[in-house]
Amino acid sequence: MVQLTLPKNSQVQPGKSWPAQDGDTTRQFQIYRYNPDSPDNPKLDTYTVDTENCGPMVLDALIKIKNEIDPTLTFRRSCREGICGSCSMNIDGTNTLACLKGLDEINGTVKIYPLPHMPVVKDLVPDMTQFYTQHRSIEPWLKTETTEPRKEWLQSHEDREKLDGLYECILCACCSTSCPSYWWNGDRYLGPAILLQAYRWLIDSRDEATGERLDDLEDPFRLYRCHTIMNCAKACPKGLNPAKAIAEVKKMMLERRV
Amino acid sequence: MSLRTPLSKVRGLGSAKDGTEHWWHQRVTAVANIPLVLIFAFVLINSVGKPHAEVAALLGSPLVVIALLMMIGSITWHMRLGMQVIIEDYISSEGRKIAALMANTFFCAAMAVAGGFAILKLGFAS
Repeated sequence: MVQLTLPKNSQVQPGKSWPAQDGDTTRQFQIYRYNPDSPDNPKLDTYTVDTENCGPMVLDALIKIKNEIDPTLTFRRSCREGICGSCSMNIDGTNTLACLKGLDEINGTVKIYPLPHMPVVKDLVPDMTQFYTQHRSIEPWLKTETTEPRKEWLQSHEDREKLDGLYECILCACCSTSCPSYWWNGDRYLGPAILLQAYRWLIDSRDEATGERLDDLEDPFRLYRCHTIMNCAKACPKGLNPAKAIAEVKKMMLERRV
Repeated sequence: MSLRTPLSKVRGLGSAKDGTEHWWHQRVTAVANIPLVLIFAFVLINSVGKPHAEVAALLGSPLVVIALLMMIGSITWHMRLGMQVIIEDYISSEGRKIAALMANTFFCAAMAVAGGFAILKLGFAS
């Protein structure tokens, strides 16, 4: 679904400049604003924040703006330490977590948009329904037929190690929404985050449904829209490599037929 | 507004249980293209500025004819697979997509036959 220009009612227009905060050290922020209750186009509002009396991260500045300048600014946040994945957004041109992005990592004006190519609910809040449903579709739970052991399913240390670099994914969607293939065909392509999750269950030594899982993934769109563009690995705020996980899935597909 | 559930939309028509062969063929032809194109470049470089008789003799050599035929086959197959991916990536309208995929196959088949014919004609000319 390639759309190189935004529909007229989605084109971002210049917005309001909010009164600047006093202080010796201030930073300018340009933030995407969209109100679903207004017929207006999205706008880019400008805020000037006193960063002297502010935490070091972009999320700290957003909270300061909401508390002290504009209480209508809407964004998701929860843990403020990079483990919940709520505050994923596009900061300074890259998808990342606002709570892990330091203000000192950005030169000049801090530009903040919602995750790209997602329907926007309000301001920096995207609609994640399709993303979460795609995760649901790969059945991200242990599937077994053998009678359950009295205690737990056992796993060797070596097999457990295979989950490293996969279990850390917090489903923030920074990778998927940085992937051009996911932008164009997100309705059919599962995207890097979900494919990394799929591989996490494919490689789990305790799981007994590997073949069925591969059957469900073997599709020109679900899996093979990945063209190793690598934006996913670049964007991941947790330092994971979804592209490698996808390559491993493709190798498994080949392994079972040659 | 669609009243289908998100899961129904995501599952869509289900898995095509296909795609690995396409992906594998693209890799195999990519690897094959490396030596075949190098041979082609070698033949071209060795033909530049040579008299007609010498070029005809080179292009008439069975090994050269076989290598060039293999190159045409590998390249046009690779071209068809690659272009198919681009069409599927960028064209979402089903009708236009099917038409483009057919046109792609026809074009690549025509290129394969024309290229093969030209090589054979040169090969058997001497």
